[in-house]
Amino acid sequence: MGMTMSEKILAKASGKSSVKAGEIVWVNVDIALMHDLLGPWLVDGGFRRLGGKLFDKDKVVVVSDHCTPPATVQQADILKFTRDWARNHDLPYYYEFEGPCHQVIVEHGHVRPGRLILGTDSHTCMAGALGAFATGIGSTEMIGVLLTGETWLKVPETIKVVWDGKLKEGVYAKDIVLKTIKELGHAGATYQTIEFSGSAIKELSMDERLVLSNMAVEAGAKTGLIEPDETVVEYLRSKGVQDEIELFASDEDAVYSHVLHFDASELEPQVACPHEVDNVHPVSDVEGKAVDQVYLGSCTNGRIGDLRIAAEILKGRKIAKHVRCLVVPASQHVWMQANKEGILTTLTEAGCIVNMPSCGACGGFTSGVIGAGEVVMSSSNRNFRGRMGSSDGEVYLGSPATVAATAIEGKIADPRKYLSKEVML
Amino acid sequence: MSFVIRGRVWKYGDNINTDIISPGQYMSYPVEKQAEHAMEAIDAEFAKKVQPGDVIVAGNNFGSGSSRETAQMVLKYHKIGAIVANSFARIFYRNSINVGLPVVEMIDTSVIEEGDEIEINLLEGKIINHTKGEEYEGTKLPEHLIEMVKVGGLEPYLAKKLGIS
Repeated sequence: MGMTMSEKILAKASGKSSVKAGEIVWVNVDIALMHDLLGPWLVDGGFRRLGGKLFDKDKVVVVSDHCTPPATVQQADILKFTRDWARNHDLPYYYEFEGPCHQVIVEHGHVRPGRLILGTDSHTCMAGALGAFATGIGSTEMIGVLLTGETWLKVPETIKVVWDGKLKEGVYAKDIVLKTIKELGHAGATYQTIEFSGSAIKELSMDERLVLSNMAVEAGAKTGLIEPDETVVEYLRSKGVQDEIELFASDEDAVYSHVLHFDASELEPQVACPHEVDNVHPVSDVEGKAVDQVYLGSCTNGRIGDLRIAAEILKGRKIAKHVRCLVVPASQHVWMQANKEGILTTLTEAGCIVNMPSCGACGGFTSGVIGAGEVVMSSSNRNFRGRMGSSDGEVYLGSPATVAATAIEGKIADPRKYLSKEVML
Repeated sequence: MSFVIRGRVWKYGDNINTDIISPGQYMSYPVEKQAEHAMEAIDAEFAKKVQPGDVIVAGNNFGSGSSRETAQMVLKYHKIGAIVANSFARIFYRNSINVGLPVVEMIDTSVIEEGDEIEINLLEGKIINHTKGEEYEGTKLPEHLIEMVKVGGLEPYLAKKLGIS
């Protein structure tokens, strides 16, 4: 019987020739990822009680992104603790003020096809877009990983999600993943891997593929994998990775728990409505809903491709008077590239405010949280009650294009009318 | 961690996510401050009235969302005895076992009501409703986790494994 990508990676990580779904295996971890808010300050006590010796400091990556820049003294204290911890443990890979950890580890070449990556954040699954088995764990579990480099995992079953056909103009990976989550339900993939495949996925850029894997956990999935190919190799080479990159795929006779088929050519822009990510509707159902803020960015949709799309829509236009438009590039690299291309100027001229790359208001931490009764349209990944601030606020999720169009109108808007050439003339 | 837990029920619905249990805006505060805001988005009374040993009973997908263990920390701060739900989000389930917070799945929790007194046997997967005089079938603790639960969670389990007293 053939193996899925998940089974292949976990077989390798557990030193076995093959494993199958349902089996519990002890695995060796390739990268242990922590961020400031759920990292060293929570881990340190237990870690020290158990000896305080890292299994391999070259495999530990710490990224301060949630408390950056600190909005409170408490956050400043956590940030200092994290920075000191990284220095005291002589960590070669500590990043600060560079952007959300999921984007940072991809850009810095820590994510490679076939690696096993565990991180103290649920969106660690984003690394699956490069063919790594990546999933979120808690801080206590991280103590064990830091000490031993191992943990146990149940080999997950895999749901294969096939998107064939060609996306229409104005429709993006975000719309694909929102539609997928709607169909699966927010717990529809619990304990399982989602494997995204099909011709529409194959055509997506690296920036777009990361959106799919990032949001796999919003259907409850353990990780979201995409078969690594030349797009991944080219991306890693562009980031300076020179080692051999091993490509692999699920076997043709691999066993899936189920297979879903979608036609990308029929997809319209999608919006996730409050307060669950599977409460997804075509944009036409919610057009006209007034918003107070739009949030363009995050590790989900703050990459250069996203900002280009938004700039195309906002160029020469102004955002609605009563709306705040916060732009949060996914990393310093993205910020610099957007700056070079004049995108930050275009967005600022349209009335947007460019914040520094960080987790920011996406999780209700810093810079742009919302008050009671306020409504946000965001390109981020989660719209739970209270997620971006007040529990009496509302968060809608959509693609960067939908977010940009919404900024112009001050109401949820279909981006396609701002992209079609006739309207542009 | 004890294998038998008895307590009074706080009843909730589906998708009680980690932003509800542990709101992001308070996560950088000390646990006692975070705990004041536990569940407040859906229940302003919980943090004020919860008693040590009380249990939470909920519907599907309890603990969805973030990997934040602050969710377990605030529930343990309130001395919640156990959580029974139709299903759990996977990271939440794993974290709970790791920190010694008992979690049990039960196919249909709708038969249990707010304020009921229930008793949970983790090893047998049995749930007794003393208020209603009923008994329900829950899931047994997976075998590979029994040892970890017996010693009180992952940290003591690791201490034993690594030979640290």
